[in-house]
Amino acid sequence: MEAQEVQKEIANDLSVHSAAAKRRMSKRLKKRQAAEKRFRFYGLSAICIGLMFLVILFTTIIGKGWPAFLQTSIQLNVNLDPEIVDPTGGRNVEKLMQANYTKIARNALYTEFGGKPKNRKTRKLMHKLLSRGVDVQIRDQVVANPSLIGKTIPIWLYAHGNVDAVLKGAIDRNTENSSRLVKDEQLAWMDKLVASGKMVKRFNWGLFTNPASSQPETAGLGVALIGTFFMVIIVLFLAIPIGVAAALYLEEFAPKNRLTDIIEVNINNLAAVPSIVFGLLGLAVFINFMGLPRSGSIVGGLVLALMTLPTIIIATRSALRAVSPSIREGAYGVGASKIQTIFHHVLPLAFPGIMTGTIIGIVQAVGETAPLLMIGMVAFVQDFPTTPMEPATALPVQIYMWATSAERGFVERTAGATMVLLAGLFVLNAGAVYLRRKYERKW
Amino acid sequence: MVATHIVESEAPMLDKELDANDLDANNLAEAETTNVDPAKKSTKITSEDIDVYYGEKQALFGINLDIPENSVTSLIGPSGCGKSTYLRCINRMNDVIDICRVSGTIKIDGNDIYDPALDVVELRARIGMVFQKPNPFPKSIYDNIAYGPRIHGLTENKDELDELVESSLVKAGLWKEVKDRLAGPGTGLSGGQQQRLCIARAIATKPEVILMDEPCSALDPIATATIEELIDELRRNYTIVIVTHSMQQAARVSQKTAFFHLGKIIEEGETTQIFTNPQNEKTQDYITGRFG
Repeated sequence: MEAQEVQKEIANDLSVHSAAAKRRMSKRLKKRQAAEKRFRFYGLSAICIGLMFLVILFTTIIGKGWPAFLQTSIQLNVNLDPEIVDPTGGRNVEKLMQANYTKIARNALYTEFGGKPKNRKTRKLMHKLLSRGVDVQIRDQVVANPSLIGKTIPIWLYAHGNVDAVLKGAIDRNTENSSRLVKDEQLAWMDKLVASGKMVKRFNWGLFTNPASSQPETAGLGVALIGTFFMVIIVLFLAIPIGVAAALYLEEFAPKNRLTDIIEVNINNLAAVPSIVFGLLGLAVFINFMGLPRSGSIVGGLVLALMTLPTIIIATRSALRAVSPSIREGAYGVGASKIQTIFHHVLPLAFPGIMTGTIIGIVQAVGETAPLLMIGMVAFVQDFPTTPMEPATALPVQIYMWATSAERGFVERTAGATMVLLAGLFVLNAGAVYLRRKYERKW
Repeated sequence: MVATHIVESEAPMLDKELDANDLDANNLAEAETTNVDPAKKSTKITSEDIDVYYGEKQALFGINLDIPENSVTSLIGPSGCGKSTYLRCINRMNDVIDICRVSGTIKIDGNDIYDPALDVVELRARIGMVFQKPNPFPKSIYDNIAYGPRIHGLTENKDELDELVESSLVKAGLWKEVKDRLAGPGTGLSGGQQQRLCIARAIATKPEVILMDEPCSALDPIATATIEELIDELRRNYTIVIVTHSMQQAARVSQKTAFFHLGKIIEEGETTQIFTNPQNEKTQDYITGRFG
């Protein structure tokens, strides 16, 4: 009987509550649903804003940068006059290197337009159709194949940067002749060349192979690409083994005491140190104290390796920590020693995480400019470095240098080089994703 | 995890000098007082005055327990009573926890396992362990079993290893189910199969003792029944110590039971006696479900 009464009371309570609370509850519920919707909307709009900026960034860079991958060239029938190229007739390479190829290029230009103009001013204007770097283009062909001397061959020569700018629309044809960089006579010659198919925009391989130059049409990323390549190799071979070993020791073997606590805090701090400080360190230690060559990519590589170390250590440690303790227990349980447990079970499971962290670190290093400025990698380097000891620049530094140049051609090259850098970073990131997918155990 | 283990063995030197016969005699004398039929089994593992500390906190207080050979001993008690801690002392799994400190003596066949001269790796090969959550390695079924024998160099060639893998799986009652997919992932099996795989993995190193830490708590009743049958089977060749929260399981599979409470052994004895006629009031309360 008693139990029945209690039940009744409970039922009563419930009914009283529901009668009074039902409206409140439904109101609450609506409020909660509204809050949820609102929150989703905030998140979605945050993503949209981010995407919008990304799209703006990419359209500006690509819009500005794509002309850099095309370069105007003029096809001229070049007469390699032995009188000019090799007056002594010895086919001596050193002599061949010193010949006056500019004259040869100009002669070819005169032939193209039916004779040398009488007027000195007209001649000068005509000369300005060609880039100042054409002598190197002809020279390289002659030195590579001296049997060409004496023959007349068609060669594609770089047009002047201003001519290129007109064709790409960067210089407006309709401005006053006096205030226009390209004069009316030049425009007429250009139109003639374009009409005869002798002046076209060709894919600009020079952007990837040429060294630094003060003329935009002959400036390229060659040295910067080599420098960046050397530095990535140095970072890979220094930062990964040292970083992973340090992380393994700290995470698995080091005793937990004040000293390791201090080390841990400092590693975390190191990851937050401004990169220019690493540049200062490189300057003080590697160049001034150890005497490594200034501007050499070895110093850049060492500095970037130091910079990447904390990132790799932190990523590796968290990857090791993320390995389920039950796997360790299982390994210990069958009698695996500590080293065996780590190398047979923990490290393979942590590998994808380590790879991701490492590649993020390397991507950071590849995009780094500030420390390289400190160690003199911001230099005008025209000779291709064959070892990391020789002066070089790096991609982001080259972008920085081009961005400070005034010529129209460098504006597009700045954006073009940025596209090259971004493409490189995309490739690295894709590599990271691929490695992670490949080694992530799906079972 | 960083491991610096501090193991304080307070065992008097005298103990080591005792030979096995003396020990047996000792144990038999002790056994009589704890109602275990001395004629049935000889003692495999003896524990004397085991104290365990996690940092400042003491988890076990003077545990004395004899575990008979080729039988199942179950450790029961409410959560946090120290039964798992005690189990982990037997294969020195507590060494891995750096704040854990163990004192007292545990002897297997009369040999002190906390002897500094003893290699813990070798000890763990002789004492298999099965954990609460099935934890097969993320490798193939074959490699899961072969891992232990490989690192200890138990087999000479591939054929021997194949044989050992097969016999281990047969003993664990898993061979029929997995013989066609030995190269498949161990984690692709069902929960119960995974746990039997872990038992097979433990058997593969040819242990004398198998420790089981709530081996069925993550399994459904059917898988549990299979494992219990397996345990009953294994007891003929192995000494088994099992921690369990299920009274029925302890009653079904074990011959000896020890009841832990707040880090102490309240009562130990033959399973039938503990469950039908407990001497201590707390034991009575626990097994009838009044607390814990």
